[in-house]
Amino acid sequence: MSDRIFGAIGLAIALIYVWQASTIEESFMSDVIGPKLFPYLIATVMGLASLFFMLRPDEEPVWPGFGKLFEIIMAAVVMLFYAQLLPVLGFVISTIFATAYLSWRLGSTPIMSLVSGVLTAFGIYTVFRLILGLSLARGPLGF
Amino acid sequence: MDVFASLSDGFLIALSWENLMFALLGCFLGTIMGALPGLGPSNGVAILIPLAFTLGLAPTPALILLTSVYYGAMYGGRVSSILLNIPGDEPALMTCLDGYPMAQAGRAGEALAISGIASFVGAFIATWGLVFLAPQLVKVALLFGPAEYFALFTLAFATLGGLSSKNQAKSAFAAALGLAFATVGMDDQTGVARFTFGEVHLFDGIDFLVVIVGMFALSEVFIFLEHHKASDLKHVEPIKIGRITPSWAMIKYCTPTMLRATGLGFIAGVLPGAGASLGSFIAYSMEKRLVDKKGTFGKGDPRGVAAPEAGNNAAAGGALVPMLALGVPGSGTTAVLLAVLLAMNITPGPLLFTQNPDVVWGLIAALFIGNVMLLILNIPMVGLFTRVLLIPPRVLMPIVAMISFVGIYGVSGSTFDLMVMVIFGVLGWALRKLDVPLVPVVLGTLLGYAMEVNLRRALTISDGDYGVLVGSPLAIGLWTVAILGFVFPIVFGPMLRARMHAGRATDPKDLTDE
Repeated sequence: MSDRIFGAIGLAIALIYVWQASTIEESFMSDVIGPKLFPYLIATVMGLASLFFMLRPDEEPVWPGFGKLFEIIMAAVVMLFYAQLLPVLGFVISTIFATAYLSWRLGSTPIMSLVSGVLTAFGIYTVFRLILGLSLARGPLGF
Repeated sequence: MDVFASLSDGFLIALSWENLMFALLGCFLGTIMGALPGLGPSNGVAILIPLAFTLGLAPTPALILLTSVYYGAMYGGRVSSILLNIPGDEPALMTCLDGYPMAQAGRAGEALAISGIASFVGAFIATWGLVFLAPQLVKVALLFGPAEYFALFTLAFATLGGLSSKNQAKSAFAAALGLAFATVGMDDQTGVARFTFGEVHLFDGIDFLVVIVGMFALSEVFIFLEHHKASDLKHVEPIKIGRITPSWAMIKYCTPTMLRATGLGFIAGVLPGAGASLGSFIAYSMEKRLVDKKGTFGKGDPRGVAAPEAGNNAAAGGALVPMLALGVPGSGTTAVLLAVLLAMNITPGPLLFTQNPDVVWGLIAALFIGNVMLLILNIPMVGLFTRVLLIPPRVLMPIVAMISFVGIYGVSGSTFDLMVMVIFGVLGWALRKLDVPLVPVVLGTLLGYAMEVNLRRALTISDGDYGVLVGSPLAIGLWTVAILGFVFPIVFGPMLRARMHAGRATDPKDLTDE
């Protein structure tokens, strides 16, 4: 079943892709085949492959239960927040929280995850900022 | 011979103190990464590409650092195969067969040492093969026009799944998806925006580094989140290493095996669609048939460790031949090395050999040096590397995630790229669950631009006549191989795969009567 749904999604993506490609505004100085042909070729391959998934699906993968799925979504959300907060809070503070969260969800005790968050943040800061001179996000406190 | 002259120039470049330091650092980091659970050669190198880029290293030192990491990770991968029976990547699958039984019999140290030596022999001889074969292939490649290149790219995608590919439709879908990512952004030849949905950040296109790091490194974090309960249990058992130096007698005993495995592995690496996993598989089954008179293979025969390790490292070296000479990677792992080159703004291919010989030969010399370093590093320090296995994923995986963020942020300084990376991480996780290979996606993103340029150039030259795509014997030959390479796994794949996995699925005792 998963493969059939995947095929349907793939087909939809291929169709949207074709539609988007057809709306590309051609410029007057185009080459012979223009900017649309290659996307059309790609969409054809994608669409045919998707049809194949729908007709001949593989055996069902083992999907995680609702709890684990929620876990993965939450981790992704935390990472997206992390990306947003980097310039606001600075590298060290945001990293402490993000690392601590991931470490906690991967099975550390709350205190240990905070410890590993602090160590990871300062460790990466020391190696990449102080030793290698890489530019990390600076917050209001300067680190 | 001018090959030797070029090679000695390469050594002059690679033997500077700075470059030697990078090689040493790369070997060390790489071995640790390879040994760490959940970090293979591809992920390890993927995380480090943006870092090497932001540190502003010159192309040659950066390449030396990253190829050393790659080679080191190949060395390190066997540590977890032998000690824990967990292959780090697919080529290491065959090493588990005899490596783990040896470890259980208290001969882990010997198994590690002999696999280290076998890796060295395989990689060392394969690098010589690269030295002689690549310039020959360059001569052929100089005959290629745009139409031939387009056919060659198609060939690379068609054969990427390899002979053991599970589902060719999924490989094709993955490649198309990657190519679609590559079309996002400004079209170079006409200046029109494509698939940007009005988002300013997308006008430059999607940075392939974002795709690679998201797909390879972050998706691994999600996989661990999904499975973390199971992975915490494996680290409790104590590991006995035993003696870490193999006796001369054992090295002698394994030498013919290593040499045969190297030859087979190298050929498998050079040919499109075979790659390292097939290299180690062929080497192992060939040796088993040839020398396994007493039925000791699968029960801890050192030759059963030496054969796949030599085969897989020789295949890795062989795969560099088409990658450097044609600019088209023959296997998944070399795709990541292609990303390294492209990130350094170097386009591999025949012109690389004539225009930047210092890069090519410096790199090849670095491979030789890295090999020797790894051999020296590995035998005495294997104890240290085994301790790395004890780091629990709950500490390690967040660090992997954070270093990925640091690298990508360093390249672009934009939170938009970080968000795109997270999305690619989730996408990578979902695709892995659906058994869609990630390497074609990454390779599509890397090669999409060049593939389209060649298609359009060919058709511009022919003034829109599509016949030009099959207009030369060379092009027809490439198309034929591409089609055969795509169809062959559909016919013979199930059989081959069943054999490759039979060894691991069944009890080692049942393995002798094949």
